[in-house]
Amino acid sequence: MSLLEIENLSVRFRIKGGWGRSAWLHAVDDVSLSLPRGKTLALVGESGSGKTTAALAAARLVPASEGAVRLDGTDLLTLEGETLRRARARVQVIFQDPYSSLNPRLRAGAIVREPMDALNTPPKAERADRVAELFAQVGLRPEQQALFPHQFSGGQRQRIGIARALATRPELIVCDEAVSALDVAVQAQILNLLRRLQAELGLTFLFISHDLGVVQHMSDRVAVMYMGRIVEEADRGPLFSAPLHPYTQALLAAVPSIDRRRRGRSAVKATGETPDPLNPPPGCMFASRCPRAEALCRETRPALEEKSPGHRAACHFPGPSGD
Amino acid sequence: MSLLSVENLRIELALRAGPAPVIDDLSFTLEAGRTLSFVGESGCGKSMTALAIMGLLPDVGRVAAGSITFDGADLTTLPDARLRQIRGNEISMIFQEPMTSLNPVYTVGEQIAEVLRRHRGMTGRDATARAVELLDAVRIPNARSRVTAYPHEMSGGQRQRVMIAMALACAPRLIIADEPTTALDVTVQAQIFELLRDLAHDTGTALILITHDMGAVAEMADDVVVMYAGRAAEAGPVEAILDDPRHPYTRGLIACVPHLTADPEAARGDLTEIPGIVPPLASLGASACLFASRCAHVHDRCHGARPPAFDCPAGQRAACWLEERA
Repeated sequence: MSLLEIENLSVRFRIKGGWGRSAWLHAVDDVSLSLPRGKTLALVGESGSGKTTAALAAARLVPASEGAVRLDGTDLLTLEGETLRRARARVQVIFQDPYSSLNPRLRAGAIVREPMDALNTPPKAERADRVAELFAQVGLRPEQQALFPHQFSGGQRQRIGIARALATRPELIVCDEAVSALDVAVQAQILNLLRRLQAELGLTFLFISHDLGVVQHMSDRVAVMYMGRIVEEADRGPLFSAPLHPYTQALLAAVPSIDRRRRGRSAVKATGETPDPLNPPPGCMFASRCPRAEALCRETRPALEEKSPGHRAACHFPGPSGD
Repeated sequence: MSLLSVENLRIELALRAGPAPVIDDLSFTLEAGRTLSFVGESGCGKSMTALAIMGLLPDVGRVAAGSITFDGADLTTLPDARLRQIRGNEISMIFQEPMTSLNPVYTVGEQIAEVLRRHRGMTGRDATARAVELLDAVRIPNARSRVTAYPHEMSGGQRQRVMIAMALACAPRLIIADEPTTALDVTVQAQIFELLRDLAHDTGTALILITHDMGAVAEMADDVVVMYAGRAAEAGPVEAILDDPRHPYTRGLIACVPHLTADPEAARGDLTEIPGIVPPLASLGASACLFASRCAHVHDRCHGARPPAFDCPAGQRAACWLEERA
């Protein structure tokens, strides 16, 4: 059974205009996903596609407007008070920026200990040992517990962020662009660490990234988001080798590659600009940039449907990019 | 004669502990119409090279040795007034952050027109008309009405196009682009790359592209200089370096990034790690290989002397003792 089930999740923000006007921004619109235990589901998309908002809403860090988020059968969105606090220990987040996501006034050891104190798990007597264990797990030396964040490099800071996320022994970890602020050589160290920890501890990752190379390396299943909706979802192999949605195809074609076999491929280009999210068109959101768009696309929004077993796409004319 | 030729350049930053050579004995040439890429981690001296060519080194930095010859004139010895004529007119720069490099209180048209009035002495009306043409050239839709837009009214990709339009305003012969697409989405990055490629092709402008992404190097550049700790680790044609990288740092840079592969079903091993981090400024300039502390092939010689650039069979030059041939 899946560890995480997201059903029809929507997040709306109210945007105030001048003179008392306001509009609703649908940051996440009717998103359903399921994530088996011990696996990695990647959410990819460009900035503003709603991938981070969707994941943070699933972790209850952003209030959801509609839908259900079931962790092991319990709907996180309906929990309150002490039960919510206990549930929070099971879902933790690794943030993007290792510079701004650590409290500069706390020592590294105290930063890692903080979630255990806040969520009151494990018992007080065990917490110091747990901090030492976590430092070893993420490859930091025990004496570094006494240092402040500014005394660490970017990669080491991200290791502290990972240790903090692991502190309460969570089952689900949301990795929100966990390596995009790091230099390439350091990025490899952190990606290897995340995969090693996943294998050792049986962690489940909801992995958010805009870097398709990183996603291809890390994920088991991939959901592609565009303007708040999932446009395609499939296992890693089919998504990268036989994408059905023209947006996925354009994204993949846009990534510069050093692989000779991928260079000179027929490039599907996404031209033009995205539509205004406050005033979305009635049809497919991608129609204005899509090389395959026809009248139907501009009038009717395509539903996310299973096109082949385990491969969903929201497109009226799905298929390979053989043009 | 090359358009730009840099010889034995050494740039020192004055630190409390003494001068640190952030660029150490760097030489390269660039012909008109070609694209040269600098690649490496942050803190390796890529941007410092660009600033030196533009004559925009920070106050604590100075050219300690070597020459930067652009079109026959040594930029390191030219008086400021002459340098100002070259800068913007013949060499221009595209910066990394399109949001912070544009002035938020002027329209984009005014900012492009300012370049033309300053450098070309155009009247306000002519400059504005030319600004519209430039916005059109960088493929901003409906340029005539967008010329009066403020930077905050544009998307990140459009702002970077405005930066490119400003760089193009005086038809320079060399454009330096410092991580021009780092803040942008991949589909927008692809559009900006295509634009830069077409411009270089149509106008014969030479381009220096500073990046940390080997994929971008593969798509854009003719030649590449891999920088490490202020020194060229490996330099030569892109094809040679991507197909047969000789310096362990180049090999690490290529292997440590999970690139999209043609065969996504293949098994995934661990990524190659380059252990450790870039050496601190204070240790630059040592007579040793600065990569030695992170290198898997390190031996005694690496600590004893700085390796010179050796010629490699594929056509590039690599500064590694393992490349020494009898």
